[in-house]
Amino acid sequence: MRDGVMLCQGGDMTTAVAARAIDLYKIYGSGDSEVRALDGVTLDIGAGEFTAIMGPSGSGKSTLMHCLAALDTPTSGDVQIGETRLSRLRDKALTTLRREQVGFVFQAFNLVPTLSARENILLPLSLAGSKPDQAWFDTVVDSVGLRDRLGHRPSQMSGGQQQRVACARALVSKPSIVFADEPTGNLDSTSSAEVLAFLRRSVDEFGQTIVMVTHDAVAASYCDRVVFLADGRVVDEIRDPDRDQILAHMTALQTAAAAPREERTA
Amino acid sequence: MLRLVLRNLLARKVRLVMSGLSVILGVAFLSGVLVFSNGLSTTFDGIIHGSTPDGVVRTVNSDSFDAGYSGQSDRALSPADLDRLRQLPEVARADGDVAGIGMSLLASDGTLIGGTGAPTLAFNHTDSPNMDGERTLVLKSGAWPERPGEVVLDEAAAEAGDYGLGDDVKLLAPFGTVERTAKLVGTAEFNGGGTAGATLLIFTTQEAQQLFLGGKDAYNQISLTAADGVTQRQLADAAAAVLPDGFEAVTGDEVAAESQDAVGAFLGIINTFLLVFAIIAVIVGGFIIVNTFTILVAQRTRELALLRALGAGRGQVTRSVLVEALALALVATTVGIGLGLLLARGLAAMLRSIGLDIASAALDLTTRAIVVSYVVGIGVTLAAAYLPARRGARVAPVAAMRADAVPERGSLRRRSLVGAVLLTVGAAFAAAGLLGAPGSDAAWIGVGAVIWILTVAAISPVIGKPVLALCRSVFGALFGTTGRLAGENALRDPRRTGATASALMIGLALVSTIGVLAASLNASVDDVVDEQFTADLLVQNSNFLPFSTEIGDRVAEVPGVDVVSRQQWTAARVASGPHPDKTVTVAGSDAEYARIYHPDVVSGRATPAGAQAVLFRSLARDLDLEVGDRLDLSFQGGTTLDLEVAGIVESSETTSEVTVPLDQLAAAGVLRQDSTLSILIDPAADPEKVRDAVDATAASAPIVGVYDKEGFADQIRGQVNQLLYLIYGLLALAIVIAVIGIVNTLGLSVIERTREIGLLRALGMSRAKLRRMVTLESVAIAVLGAVLGMALGLLIGVLLQRSLSDNLTSLGLPLGQLGAFLVVAIVVGVLAAVLPAIRASRLDVLEAIASE
Repeated sequence: MRDGVMLCQGGDMTTAVAARAIDLYKIYGSGDSEVRALDGVTLDIGAGEFTAIMGPSGSGKSTLMHCLAALDTPTSGDVQIGETRLSRLRDKALTTLRREQVGFVFQAFNLVPTLSARENILLPLSLAGSKPDQAWFDTVVDSVGLRDRLGHRPSQMSGGQQQRVACARALVSKPSIVFADEPTGNLDSTSSAEVLAFLRRSVDEFGQTIVMVTHDAVAASYCDRVVFLADGRVVDEIRDPDRDQILAHMTALQTAAAAPREERTA
Repeated sequence: MLRLVLRNLLARKVRLVMSGLSVILGVAFLSGVLVFSNGLSTTFDGIIHGSTPDGVVRTVNSDSFDAGYSGQSDRALSPADLDRLRQLPEVARADGDVAGIGMSLLASDGTLIGGTGAPTLAFNHTDSPNMDGERTLVLKSGAWPERPGEVVLDEAAAEAGDYGLGDDVKLLAPFGTVERTAKLVGTAEFNGGGTAGATLLIFTTQEAQQLFLGGKDAYNQISLTAADGVTQRQLADAAAAVLPDGFEAVTGDEVAAESQDAVGAFLGIINTFLLVFAIIAVIVGGFIIVNTFTILVAQRTRELALLRALGAGRGQVTRSVLVEALALALVATTVGIGLGLLLARGLAAMLRSIGLDIASAALDLTTRAIVVSYVVGIGVTLAAAYLPARRGARVAPVAAMRADAVPERGSLRRRSLVGAVLLTVGAAFAAAGLLGAPGSDAAWIGVGAVIWILTVAAISPVIGKPVLALCRSVFGALFGTTGRLAGENALRDPRRTGATASALMIGLALVSTIGVLAASLNASVDDVVDEQFTADLLVQNSNFLPFSTEIGDRVAEVPGVDVVSRQQWTAARVASGPHPDKTVTVAGSDAEYARIYHPDVVSGRATPAGAQAVLFRSLARDLDLEVGDRLDLSFQGGTTLDLEVAGIVESSETTSEVTVPLDQLAAAGVLRQDSTLSILIDPAADPEKVRDAVDATAASAPIVGVYDKEGFADQIRGQVNQLLYLIYGLLALAIVIAVIGIVNTLGLSVIERTREIGLLRALGMSRAKLRRMVTLESVAIAVLGAVLGMALGLLIGVLLQRSLSDNLTSLGLPLGQLGAFLVVAIVVGVLAAVLPAIRASRLDVLEAIASE
C-alpha cells in the first residue's frame, strides 16, 4: 500500500488535499463469506482537481466514494474531508458536514419530485437554513443553462436537464468537494457531454474539487486524474488522460482480473 | 399462484398486521356487541322464565303502561278472592302477591342505591313456584323474612349498602312515612340467576301490605299454579270466571312473552345503537383496506407486470390480489371474533362490578355471531380490495421493463363529475326533508347525509386540495423547507391522502353532527326553561318516579315557602274516538298549579276543573278533539274517566299532554303520590335561606332532588351530555381505526420514498427534520380529515336541527368542541406519525440511495 501513497503523491506534490482516505478497509461478512470491498485504500484527493475513480464492477469504487462522502462508514481506517476526521463524528455532525462541505450528483433519482428546479437547487441551503448567495446562484444557473427551466418540476424536464439541475444543486452551496456517482450513466451522449462539460468548467472556472466514479472512458477523459481500483485496492493512476490511454489501462486491468480467476477455475 | 400469494403475504408481515388491525378492531366491536347482547337477552330470558308462574291474576291494563312513573292502582284483591281461586279444581295453589314501585334502598351512609338505572323491585315473600315447578327466588344466605320489620336484599345491594345480616336497613317508602328501617335477615336472587342489576327488597306479606296497600289485608296480584294435567290456558280461563271487576287472568307464557317483548324492545334499542357504531367502525376499516391494497398494488406494479408478461391473465392477477385479501380477512376476522368475545366478557365484568350481573355462561359465541362476523369481515375486506385488485390487473406487461412504473389511473375529472352529481342528489334528499316531504324529515336528511359523506370520501382528493395547499403554506411558513416538503408530500398523491383522511372524516362528521344536535338541544333546553320554568324551585325524582306525599307536606311547612303545587303523573289509554288504545301521559295538577305556571292557551281554558281535561295542541290534533268534546281515558285497574275537553294549550315541559285536576286521578284509582313539587318562595323571604331549608328537608329522601332554574337546565343538560359522551366514546373506535389507517399509509409511503429520503439525508437533512417532515405530512392528512368531517358534520347538524325545529327550537354551534376536535386531529396526526417517522429516520442513507 505504500505504493499507492507514493503513486498518489508522486503526481503533484504541491496540490493541497481536499479529501483523504487513510488505510480504509470495508469488510462485509466474515469467515468464508468475507468480502473485502475496500482492502487498505489510502488516497489523497487534490483540491481544485477533477478526479475520476475507475475500475471493473466490484472493484470497490462506489464503496470508496460512499466512504469519502460520509455516506458509509469504513470497517477501519479514516476519512478526512478538509481538516475534519470523519471517524470522530456522530450522525448529526456527519449530516451537517454533508450539508455544508459535500455536494452530490447521483446516477439517477437525483431530484425531489415535488420541488421545482429552483427549489431543488436551493434545497441544501434551505435545509441548512442559510441564505443563498444570489450572484453565485445566478452564475451556477447560467453556466448549466437552466435559467428558463427554474420553475419546472423534474417530471417536466429531460434526463440531461435533471442531471444539470443536480449539478447546480451540488455546486450552489459551495461545498469543498463534490462527489458524482456515474452522473452520465443514464444519459445519452449529447446530454452526457453537456453534463461533463459543465463539471469540467466548474473545476476550471470556479476551482471546484470533484470526484467522479465512472466506468465510461469518455467521461473519465474529462478529468485531471484517473485512479484505478481493483479488488478493493488502488492499483494504478494516470494524469491528464485521453480516452485511449484509459481504455488501455482498463483492458489491462480486466485481463489481469480475469487471469487469476481462470487459473482458479481451471 | 397460491404459493406466490402466500409468499407475498409473508413478505409483507408488518403491512399485513397494520391493515389487518383495522379489520380486527371493527370485527371485534361487531362480535363483541353480538355476544354481549346475546348474553343480556339470555340473562333476562332466564330471569323472566324463572320468575313467572303458570298463571297470573292482575289489574287490567297493567301490561300497557310503564309501571315506573305511572304510579300504582288502588285496585286490590281480597283474601276472599284468593280463596275462591284456591277452591278451583284447576288451581293447585294460589299465592297473593303485594308488589310496589317507588321503594328505595339507602346505603348505610344514607346515599341512594340504584335509583338511576335498573329498577328497585319491592314485594312480599311467598314460596310460589314458577312455571317449571321451581321456586321463583333462591335464598343465598340467611333466611326468608318471617316477621314485619324484616327484609331480604339481593347480594349486590347488601354489599353496595355495606349491610350485613342483622343490620338495620334504611328504606324510603313510596307512600306515607318516607323513612323506614327493616332488619336484614337474608339475601336472595332470581331463580334464573342474578338480578340483572335490579335491586330486590323482599318483605313479609303483612309488611308489604303496610307499605303499598295502606295496611289493607289484600293483594295486587295473584300467582297461580296449575293442577296436574291442567294447561295454562285452562287455568287462566277458569280463574277469569271468578275474578272481580278490573282484574284479568293471563297465562304465564303470555306474561313471559310480554316481559320479553318489553325487555327485548329495550335491549333492541341498545343493540341497534351499538351495532350502528360497529358498522361505522367496519366501514371505516374498509376505507383503510382500500387504501392499503391500492398502495400495495402500486408498489408491486413491476411484479404484477412481470406476471402479466409471463402470461398471467388479468383475471389471474385480480384473483391473486383478492386471495391475498381473503387470507388477510380470514386471519383478521378470526382474531377479531376472539377479541370481541374478550371485549364482551370484559364489559360484563365491568357491569358486574356496578351491579348488573350478566350470567357469564351466556357470554359465548353463538353461531349467529360467528357467521355474521365472518360474513361482514370477509365481505368488507374483499369488497374493499376489489377496486385495487382490478387496477392491478390493468398494469400493462411492458411496465415490467420500465424503471418508474406506476399503474394507470383514470383522471380525477370523471370522479369529480360523478361526485358533483351525487352531492346534488344528496342535496335533493336534504331539501326534500327540509321542505317537508312525506315521512320523517330527519330520515330524508339522513339519507342525504350518508350520500354526502360517502361522496365526499370519494372526491376528497379533489375537494381536499385547498385544505392541503393551506397546510403546505402554513407548514412552509412555520417550518421552512421541511414544512414545505411535508406539504408537498401530502399533495403528491391526493387520492392516497384523501382516502386516508376519509376514514377520519367519517368519524368527525358523525361526531360534529352529534355535537351540533347536542348543543342545539342544550340551547333549546335553556329557551324552554327560561320561558316556561316560572317556579322558583322544583322537587322531583331524576327518573320521574313518584314519591310519597309526605315530602310535599314537609316542604310546605318550610318557612318562606309561599306556594307548593303538587303534580302526579300517570299513564292512561284513550278509550274513545278514532284512536282507541293510544297511550297518553296524564298529569294531575292541583289548584296551585295555575298560580305558578301559565301555559299558552290556544283555545278554552288552561286550568281544568272537575271532570275536565286540558290537552296539548299536538294531541288535540292527533285525536281530532276540540274544546267541549268528550274524552274517555281508561286507567290501570280499568277505571274509566269521562272527561270534557276544557282547553287546548301549547306544549309545555311543566305539564303533560293531558292535564286533569289532581283529584281526578284518585277517582281513576291511581294511588296518591307526587311526581313533581313546584315551589314559589315568599317574595319577602331570603331566597337563599329558603332554598337551603328546602334542600335540608329533601336531603333525608335522596330519591328527590331540588332544582332551581339553573339546576333544572343543568340536570337536563347533564343527561344530554352523558349521552353525548357515550356516543363520542363509541365513535372514538372509528377514530382509532382511522389513526391506524394514517400509520399504515405513512408507513407505506416511507417505504415507497426510500430513495428520496436517502437523497434528502445525503443532501444534509437531519434525522430530526426528517421525522418532522413525516409528522407534518401526517398532521396534514389528519387536518384534512378533520376539516372535511367537521364541515360536513356542521352542515348535516344544522339541517337536522332545522328539520327538528319543533323540538330543537334554537340552533347551538359547539364551536369550542369543534376547536377541540381540530386539536385532537392534530394530536392524532402527530401520534400516528411516531412509528413511520422513526422508521424513516432510521433508514440507512446508503441503502436508501442504492435501493431500487
